[in-house]
Amino acid sequence: MEKIPILRMGRFLLVTIQVDMHDRLALQLQDDLTDRIVKDRAHGVLIDISSLEVVDSFIGRMISNIAAMASVLDARTVVVGMQPAVAITLVELGLSLEGVRTALNVDKGMELLREEVAAAGRV
Amino acid sequence: MAVVDRFVQPIQSSEDVVRVRQITRERAVAQGFSLVDQTKLVTAASELARNTLEYGGGGEVTVETLNDGGRKGVRLTFSDKGPGIENVELALKDGYTTGNGLGLGLSGAKRLSNEFELHSKPGEGTRVMIARWR
Repeated sequence: MEKIPILRMGRFLLVTIQVDMHDRLALQLQDDLTDRIVKDRAHGVLIDISSLEVVDSFIGRMISNIAAMASVLDARTVVVGMQPAVAITLVELGLSLEGVRTALNVDKGMELLREEVAAAGRV
Repeated sequence: MAVVDRFVQPIQSSEDVVRVRQITRERAVAQGFSLVDQTKLVTAASELARNTLEYGGGGEVTVETLNDGGRKGVRLTFSDKGPGIENVELALKDGYTTGNGLGLGLSGAKRLSNEFELHSKPGEGTRVMIARWR
């Protein structure tokens, strides 16, 4: 079965979504990520969506869910690389991605994650 | 107004929802839509295709490219023979859902389109038409 790979970088998990995900694949990623946060004792999750050409309400909800679940498991989530056309569409769709931290690119996202984790006293 | 091209895509699985997104994107690009307009139409198509699958129990979408005296557009008509919508006005409200979604599908798709029509009869099914012009 196809899967979105989850990479580990120190205390962080890195996910780059590069395919047009169908809904089951998105749910699978949500489950896999929560498992890995616990298994790898991750302090943060970085999700790169720069290749995603569409974020509809389902994918948007998946992103919010991942951030909420990660938070309950004491890990921070940052979403990076949203395309401008996707951002414009998301707002018009009525989705606010509440509780999700975002950054422009992977570099800035990693910086933000490190800051957040340090601020939470988990260096 | 002339229909330049017509294509019917069945919607029976979540893979078909992805196909609907791809076909819509292809048609929007061919009609010369800007990237933002493409993204809006594809996102609306994704919401409605999922509704057809989840609430209508599957169905189909007719994808048409239009030419209205030089004005170019794409029209999508989703139809299913599912349970239909009891209260259309309520179904179009932001945040209202009978399933476990966010309740943004119909209202969001309407906002992302230039034209929107919804016909539904309880017990007979639902038909939603959206169009977006360049």
